[in-house]
Amino acid sequence: MTVVTEKVSTLEPTPKTKQMRRRRDGTEKAGWLVRIAVLIIVLMWTLPTLGLLVNSFRPSVDSSSTGWWTSLLDPFSTDWTLSNYVNVLTSGGMFDALINSLIVAIPATVIPITLAAFAAFGFAWLRFRGRGLLFGVLVGLLVVPLQLSLVPLLQIYQGTGLTGSFVGIWLAHTGFGLPLAVFLLYGFISQLPQDIFESAYIDGASPYTAFTKLVLPLSIPALASFAIFQFLWVWNDFLVALVFLGTSSEVAVLPIELASIVGSRGEAYHLLTAAAFVSMVIPLIVFLALQRYFVRGLLSGSVKG
Amino acid sequence: MNRAVQATTSNERWASITRAVVVSVITVAALWLGLQFLSQDTVLEGLPPNASKLVQALIAIVLGVAGIWALFYAGNTMLESFPAKVRDALRPYLFVLPAVAVVGLYLIYPTVGTIVTSVTDVPEGESFFYNYADAFTDPEVLLNLRNNTIWLLIAPAASVFIGLGFAALVDRIRLESLAKSFVFMPLAISFVGAAVIWQFVYAWKPPGQPQIGTLNAFWVGAGEILVGMGILTEIEPIPWLQVIPVNTLALIAIMVWLQVGFAMVVLSAAIKGVPTEMTEAARIDGASERQIFFKITIPSIRGALLVVYTTIAIAVLKVFDLIYVTTGGNLDTSVVAVRMYQEMFRFRNFGAATTMAVILLVAVIPIMIINIRSLRRQGIGA
Repeated sequence: MTVVTEKVSTLEPTPKTKQMRRRRDGTEKAGWLVRIAVLIIVLMWTLPTLGLLVNSFRPSVDSSSTGWWTSLLDPFSTDWTLSNYVNVLTSGGMFDALINSLIVAIPATVIPITLAAFAAFGFAWLRFRGRGLLFGVLVGLLVVPLQLSLVPLLQIYQGTGLTGSFVGIWLAHTGFGLPLAVFLLYGFISQLPQDIFESAYIDGASPYTAFTKLVLPLSIPALASFAIFQFLWVWNDFLVALVFLGTSSEVAVLPIELASIVGSRGEAYHLLTAAAFVSMVIPLIVFLALQRYFVRGLLSGSVKG
Repeated sequence: MNRAVQATTSNERWASITRAVVVSVITVAALWLGLQFLSQDTVLEGLPPNASKLVQALIAIVLGVAGIWALFYAGNTMLESFPAKVRDALRPYLFVLPAVAVVGLYLIYPTVGTIVTSVTDVPEGESFFYNYADAFTDPEVLLNLRNNTIWLLIAPAASVFIGLGFAALVDRIRLESLAKSFVFMPLAISFVGAAVIWQFVYAWKPPGQPQIGTLNAFWVGAGEILVGMGILTEIEPIPWLQVIPVNTLALIAIMVWLQVGFAMVVLSAAIKGVPTEMTEAARIDGASERQIFFKITIPSIRGALLVVYTTIAIAVLKVFDLIYVTTGGNLDTSVVAVRMYQEMFRFRNFGAATTMAVILLVAVIPIMIINIRSLRRQGIGA
């Protein structure tokens, strides 16, 4: 049982304010057992990635014969090198894959957000027939595994020549991301105060103007939350890219290219580590820089659902 | 207030119709030309390969991003040229229909199509249930189902357990947000990336050689200490991804590693949302921290626990990349989603592939019902 078991003296005077109590919680109750437990989990969750990072800067002789930690323990006798990165970016398909990932991920983030923002506004503030039914269907689709879509869509794609095209994968990611996008944005947009719309309409604004001039600017936090979700999802996606975009070097995205290195050069540890890090660097930057928005989206999307 | 609108002269009407037509034609033409341009490799031939790739990327991105806005703008210009009554009746659909249409094409139609294919794509003269009968009597499919069940039993529960434990513990630590960031970080990593990361955790070298995998280094190191103390007679490194019952567990561990951050963040927020008056009152009444946690905190965050559990359960059911990239589904690690992919591409057996997909759908239906119900309770969409 990892849960704290130490007892708190009930004779302690009750603290006057919340802040005081919080402070004391933070310092007094965290016994060494708790700290060790936290430290162990933090280590377990960071060491795998750290190992990959360290190995990506070691020469191939080292990474295939000794553990990554030997270089950390003896940093001055290790020949730290950038050649693995130079190697994967210049000779393999990683550079092209990086560009392809950008081509896929940016429109595949913006298109569903745009469609979803319009739809969320429609569902929240316009009255029309079938509104409840349509929204219910959308929410039901939140959990449908995308495997259900693969075979019929593949047949359509092969019939129309969309396989292996960027437009095809933009649309596919749009379709798969839309239910969550509409759901998250609806949650935000439906909570906007009604007065702002009334005064805008009195001033002669059309719903379209109200949407672009009022709703969009006010919804930026929600839009940002979903944008991060969708961007990370698309960037990290393997299955949709594998089925609809394929593995040819002109269109292959990073996870596809990385998986093919695993398959063909799985023993070339030095290249594999550098390639893996190339594929992870942009999502990690996005994630660390915009963590606040990401967490907000996560909470509004899951606690409400 | 609508007098101005009613007073629209026919001149103005014609002007707005003309504008609508012009805007729509320009938008569609620009998009079409852009797409044509994008699909021709020869246009950028003069440039060095990397530069042409970057130019192509830029065009593609601008096209995708600006195109969708241009379409909505054109749609609205068109709408504004209609008589007021028609315009107001159609307006909601301008907002809602594009999204609904895409969802219909990409989720609703294929889901129905998948179900239909699974019963109609059968050999001549066989019954509708041929694919299902075939699946449930195939020992390999049964093995996949067994593996999915193992994943479903272990991964969501383990993620919730560790996430909850960590959220509760870290609440008392001063470097809380830093510690959380570390555990949270794997959420930004792809399954393929995680598979590579964990190759270096599970890497195996023959006994006697220095172990380069983190786990085997620990395993052998700890084992040698025990051997030194005379508790064990020998210790051997384990090829974690090759030994049969262990490899599925090793893969599940990667999934848990990826999902705990999600569980932790949601549950941590839920724990902080438990009213302090309640815990404080219990504390004054002499309840121990353990009692407070189990009798007050846990029941108060039941909703969040359910959501986290079901969300991870869905992710686990669909698991594909992780297994496909690490073991390729060999060595008894395959699951339904991997099997489906193989039926689709290796065997071109769409009947069997869709049957696998329908099995996944049946598994998520209970969760779907829970979702829609909780939505009804909140009064959305009613």
